[in-house]
Amino acid sequence: MTSAAQKANNDVVPGSNSDDEQQYLTFIMAGEEYGVDILAVQEIRGWEATTVVPNAPDYIKGVINLRGTIVPIMDLRSRFNLERVEYSPVTVVIILKVETERGERVMGIVVDAVSDVHSISDSDTRNSPELIEDLNTEFIRSLVSVDDNMIILLDVQRLLTIDKKILNIADELTADNESND
Amino acid sequence: MSIDLSQFHQVFFEESFEGLDIMESSLLALDLTEVDAETINSIFRAAHSIKGGAGTFGFMQVSGFTHVVETLLDEIRSGDRDIKQEHVDLFLICVDCLRGLLSDLQAHTEPDMAQADELKAKFEAILAGTEAETENSAETNAVGSASDTPDQTETAGQSADSDVKGWKIEFIPCEDVLCTGNEPYRMFRELQDLAEAESGGSMKVVPHLEKLPEFSEMHPEMCYLSWTIFVYADIELSDIEEIFEWVVDDCDIRYERLTDAGQASDQISDQISDQASDVVVANNEIQVEDKPTEINAELAEIEAEKEVVAETPAAAITSATETEQTAEVESEKIPTKAAKSPTKAAENTSIRVSIDKIDGLINMVGELVITQSMLGQLGQEFDMDRVQRLQEGLGQLEQNTRELQESVMKIRMLPISFAFSRFPRLVRDLSKQLDKEVDLVMIGENTELDKTVMEKIGDPLVHLVRNSLDHGLENAEERTANGKSSNGTITLNAYHHGGNIVIEVKDDGAGLNKERIRNKAIEKGLVSEDETLSDAQVYDLIFQAGFSTADVVSDVSGRGVGMDVVRRNIAELNGSIEVTSKTGEGSTFSIRLPLTLAILDGQLVKVGEEVYIFPLVSIVESIQLEKSMLNNITGNQFVMQLRDDYIPILCLQDVFNTGAEKKDLEGAMLVVVEGDNEKVGIVVDELLGQQQVVIKSLEQNYQKVDSISGATILGDGTVALIVDVSGLNNKPLEKNSDDQTQAA
Repeated sequence: MTSAAQKANNDVVPGSNSDDEQQYLTFIMAGEEYGVDILAVQEIRGWEATTVVPNAPDYIKGVINLRGTIVPIMDLRSRFNLERVEYSPVTVVIILKVETERGERVMGIVVDAVSDVHSISDSDTRNSPELIEDLNTEFIRSLVSVDDNMIILLDVQRLLTIDKKILNIADELTADNESND
Repeated sequence: MSIDLSQFHQVFFEESFEGLDIMESSLLALDLTEVDAETINSIFRAAHSIKGGAGTFGFMQVSGFTHVVETLLDEIRSGDRDIKQEHVDLFLICVDCLRGLLSDLQAHTEPDMAQADELKAKFEAILAGTEAETENSAETNAVGSASDTPDQTETAGQSADSDVKGWKIEFIPCEDVLCTGNEPYRMFRELQDLAEAESGGSMKVVPHLEKLPEFSEMHPEMCYLSWTIFVYADIELSDIEEIFEWVVDDCDIRYERLTDAGQASDQISDQISDQASDVVVANNEIQVEDKPTEINAELAEIEAEKEVVAETPAAAITSATETEQTAEVESEKIPTKAAKSPTKAAENTSIRVSIDKIDGLINMVGELVITQSMLGQLGQEFDMDRVQRLQEGLGQLEQNTRELQESVMKIRMLPISFAFSRFPRLVRDLSKQLDKEVDLVMIGENTELDKTVMEKIGDPLVHLVRNSLDHGLENAEERTANGKSSNGTITLNAYHHGGNIVIEVKDDGAGLNKERIRNKAIEKGLVSEDETLSDAQVYDLIFQAGFSTADVVSDVSGRGVGMDVVRRNIAELNGSIEVTSKTGEGSTFSIRLPLTLAILDGQLVKVGEEVYIFPLVSIVESIQLEKSMLNNITGNQFVMQLRDDYIPILCLQDVFNTGAEKKDLEGAMLVVVEGDNEKVGIVVDELLGQQQVVIKSLEQNYQKVDSISGATILGDGTVALIVDVSGLNNKPLEKNSDDQTQAA
């Protein structure tokens, strides 16, 4: 169905214009607000100690036992090359779940604090400007303004794909960045 | 029919596959010099139930094909025909073909009927063959089919306007039809319903009383009647056939189409041309190609039968409509196939469990419930005086849990004969192909093994057996020249050993040629020329990728792909493989596997802040390091002398890059582990307890981690990683294997 047809439909049935709206859970990290599709969020937990995984990239903090399932925990700050902070009692872990071709995949991301739930219509979102072909922009689905604040909507699917290849690229990029610095 | 039969499909497929297995093993067990009637019967029964089931569920391709197989079997069973080697071979091909058809149907794909049609024609030829022999009408066959062919084209035009008015059915049941639970009256009633469903349809039944004996001689359970039924309605023959489906084997049923023309000869050609046009409509290439031969075969059959003229069209109609039906089914299937393809992956497997195991489990659960209620009561009114009872209760709970765990694990255990069962056939076919005489001996078929392990060990075993047959065993001349019996022997032996199962594949062939392996390895640059290798090291070379000493690459083996895969598969199951060999006496491959994949006896160790688990089976010993044992080679690689061996010493902190602080090696605790026949010493900070751990997948949410085979959850809820010992040993090779997996 084209978007025009959808609009026409919406006009016919009053009050149903929330059809293309999606709810996003937003969280704060280094002063910026990020959003993930709320349907991908399984639960929100406090930070707890993890078991370190050998030879893991530094943004993988380790694995935890989530009611009998082994779930890896990713530090989103180090994933995005942001400044590290000490974990505090308010540090939260958002457990995300996505369907991949290999089946369901569950992973936790460490963020500074959970913020809000917003209903955002797809038509309000803007593509992020393609300034730098950085790996980090790959995780960004779009940008949106809510009450004059910009929210960065993340592509959860990509975020959770810690494919070896991507890891390699990531390592190369960080190596490059470091040498540039 | 309002019942949704598809819910039973899975059961049907499973039973059919079982039936095919029975057919296969019985066929292989068949001794042609002294045919055992019971074996033939069991083959027949298996074929019969597959046919019946396939018919019930509307898998006409399968039932039609099985029918001809069954007919030949029936003749053998009743002694009308002696079974010959060619028959056994043909039956075995049929089993394979049926297996293919059934798995296609199971996957909701259109079965490939090309092979089935070919085999069917062969069977029909055999079946027709005897009649030709007895009646000596081979010539008439040729004449008959030749004269009929032009007829067929001639009357094709006329037949188009012949009006179908109904059917005349001759129904001559066998005498004991009532004993098989079939009641003719019900069939008539159903037939009547069918007829009256059409507007203006009606039915007339004419009984024949000729065979009726005197009243005094009459047996109450025998059926002496036969009937002629006239159905005056335009119904499909397949609908009528469905009614008589269950009695068609025991009874004589002839269908005749009631038409205006009424001429028998016209009808034959009428049907045949109908059939021909149907084939064109079906637009199926294979079918079109097959048709001419099939029609001829049918005609030959009809001629050979030399029955009353009135009966001939009936036979033609039956066979014609049969093919018509398959053509219909096929064209119908195409859209459904497209619709069903997304659900293809929804294949669920099941295990058959003996009732004893289930009963044991229920008993165990009962005891667990009692313990739980006892503890519950204790907890409600607890004071310190009752600590003793609490501890007793907890002890009981532990025992119950352990027993329950063992019984649940036993459910997954199947006798290894499930994996062995395919080998008689494999060995038979291969030995024929390679022209070697081979006896297969299987020992310990009742040794039980986890189902998952069993599924994964099948292919490596096949590989080993093929290898032994192809490379291990010499051919008969060579054997007799070496003073051995001309028949080679391959022995499959399975037995429990500790917490493991050991499977041996043994041959009494020439043994591994050490010199040749070594030369080949030097040629490939795997070892240098002046290197001295122990026997075990030489044998180990055959597990290298791309290694083959076979002079001739055959389609059986010799390409050097395989042994490395075998070893990798076995390593994935936490198992190991060893070779022993004696020149001139043969070689033995022993596979050692854990009984189950779900639970592991582990030794907990502490390294830095982390707890790791070593599989208990891989631990050789634990010792305290002393300075005198240590030798430093190449800078930071330490080795130690352990009796006759020098073993490398590893620090997990280095291997895993955990960044934890390393302690002084002197006085440190060393766990010596063995994997892939290589020992390695691992420095740990502390030895914790031993316990059974449940293996959890790390890959499910994360990815494969080198040197880690999985994770588990400890009593305090934290995660501990299980160290993959053979992975640690292969550390230097890691880079290579990574490249390979990425390339693949």
